[in-house]
Amino acid sequence: MQAVTSPQFKENAHRALADAQLQRALSHVKKNFIERRAAAAARLPEFEALRDAARDIKNHVLENLDFYLERFEQKVTAAGGQVHWCADAESARQTVLSICRSVNARTVTKGKTMVGEEIGINDFLEANGAVPVETDLGEYIIQLRHEPPSHIIAPAIHLNKEQVADAFRAAHTDLDPQRSLAEAQTLLAEARGKLRDRFLAADVGITGANFLIAETGTSVIVTNEGNGDLTQILPRIHIVLATLEKVVPTLEDTATILRVLARSATGQEMSVYTTFSTGPRRPGDVDGPEQYHVVLIDNGRSRMLGSEFREALRCIRCGACLNHCPIYQAVGGHAYGWVYSGPIGAVLDPALLGVEQAGHLPNASTFCGRCESVCPMRIPLPKMMRHWREQEFERHLSPAAVRSGLRLWAFFARRPALYRIAAGLGARLLKLWGGSAGRMRSLPLASGWTAHRDMPAPEGRTFQQQWAARRR
Amino acid sequence: MSDARRQILGNVRRSLKRDTLPADSQAAIERRLAEPPSGPIPARGQLAPPERVALFVKMAEDAACTVTRVPTPDAVPAAVADYLARENLPAKLRVAPDPAVADLPWSTRPLLEISKGRSDGHDEVSLTPAVAGIAETGTLMLTSGSETPTTLNFLPETHIVVLRAGQVVGALEQAWTELRRRYGRGTMPRTVNLVTGPSRSADIEQTLQMGAHGPRRLHIILVDGEANP
Repeated sequence: MQAVTSPQFKENAHRALADAQLQRALSHVKKNFIERRAAAAARLPEFEALRDAARDIKNHVLENLDFYLERFEQKVTAAGGQVHWCADAESARQTVLSICRSVNARTVTKGKTMVGEEIGINDFLEANGAVPVETDLGEYIIQLRHEPPSHIIAPAIHLNKEQVADAFRAAHTDLDPQRSLAEAQTLLAEARGKLRDRFLAADVGITGANFLIAETGTSVIVTNEGNGDLTQILPRIHIVLATLEKVVPTLEDTATILRVLARSATGQEMSVYTTFSTGPRRPGDVDGPEQYHVVLIDNGRSRMLGSEFREALRCIRCGACLNHCPIYQAVGGHAYGWVYSGPIGAVLDPALLGVEQAGHLPNASTFCGRCESVCPMRIPLPKMMRHWREQEFERHLSPAAVRSGLRLWAFFARRPALYRIAAGLGARLLKLWGGSAGRMRSLPLASGWTAHRDMPAPEGRTFQQQWAARRR
Repeated sequence: MSDARRQILGNVRRSLKRDTLPADSQAAIERRLAEPPSGPIPARGQLAPPERVALFVKMAEDAACTVTRVPTPDAVPAAVADYLARENLPAKLRVAPDPAVADLPWSTRPLLEISKGRSDGHDEVSLTPAVAGIAETGTLMLTSGSETPTTLNFLPETHIVVLRAGQVVGALEQAWTELRRRYGRGTMPRTVNLVTGPSRSADIEQTLQMGAHGPRRLHIILVDGEANP
């Protein structure tokens, strides 16, 4: 599994804020994604109704998940494919490896898959002699740089094109070192050429799935590049990695969710390629894979289903909550320290890694609520982050200073008379401290605030005193 | 593996605080699967045929497709030759063996070099038929089969699709209806591609670049001459 640095979120965030290059790259998030999503939603009068319908579909699926999973498996089998049930990341990795070994696979092409990142499939395959090649342009770039993705749909969003050019020069040593790589179009053309050879040589192609359709036993991928399609139609074997909650009942349900997916993600009316795959090639077919495998992964989902985090299983990985989050915009995805970043990461990572590891993430929120307001599946992300904060407190995982501070406050809050006296004293004291300027440059126990700005001093009377005075 | 299956389904049911679904719930789901309810259908595509086709053309062009309209199927070879000349592309085509496109009067344009079959990655231009056009988003529906290899949709740099005006539907759900009419309920061709414009990527600095791994150009030849009620 990918190294987890979520416990170091604070250090990660400090580093990210001081990284001028990263800050320049992150400026693209605000400019592009937010305006485009708003425009796409405004063009479709039914958009809000579609969000409701999409939410209801996933709620229905989760309520009947066992039924739909079994139906999906039946239909895959009927179409000549195979479903492999995997309880955890390790069994998923072993399953993929044994399929690769069955054809002595040397090269494995990969479409973008977040669950692939989650189970750390690349490092595992590489260590076992089957070289995985990422084919999504962004994933290819970060694979060359040995980095994890920093965004669900734009994995290399933390990079500038000069860094991409450096990575290509280092990796594509057979090409003229003097060539110009100043333009994005040139970089794209070079990657296209390099990856075309890999597509044609691959023995196995691995993709994720945006949906699994129970009605037909179909897996669906959504891309703009076409890399996922070349990954799955050219090799002898197509492996689909998918977690349990990807299942939807019918083609109609898929249509409904597709209408909110691309618009929320990139602001497109529809992504360029939405591909429905059902089983291996049919008799008479002249292309397509000979084998079709779905590796169906639980890895914590069945547990989430029974918890207060069930609604997070509606997520369709559009990335809108990341794009609209002031914290994500400020620090980027890597600071979160694991596969999923932004508000959905702050909910998923503690569920999948444990709150001990990822407890900082739900605290990295201003609770502004924009994530929930743009989530196409209407996941109550702030509410879930609050659940994690509660669990963190209950499990005594929050810092000692926070805990004793809260205990001190609770002591007074439970004794209203004492609270009024103490607050009145405190307000007067701070007014004196603030002096004629009306603010304090430093304050014990509050250096986190005063290091960057002055603390305004109270004007001498507490809220309750003023309230009582004005009611008269 | 069957152990894992039992374990996972058991955990799912435990989390749902129940055993396997009771018979009446199962029957309700079977009904939902047999007659799938539709979500909200965007009104924008629900138009009379001429306006519906016009919307398809507009949406496809917004997605960076180019579109040529011709009056009859016989006019397709000339339209293809003109397009290739205009774009400075070689007059050489890999055509899907499907009679809908393979049997067009190609001999009327003897300078076009036609071959048929799947692509091995060395073809610059391919031509395939479509199953449907979806007006709401300007999307093409393409299916795989012995006469319509999927490699033609992705490997060549230029992909030409022949679509009849009568195949243009308003919404994606109506294209599913057409697919079920052809293949039966609950069965799908190996691959169904919904294609909306040519390949692109914005992975480098969020700047849109065309021609990532799939075709750089997607040209639609729309054959009028028959109306769909």
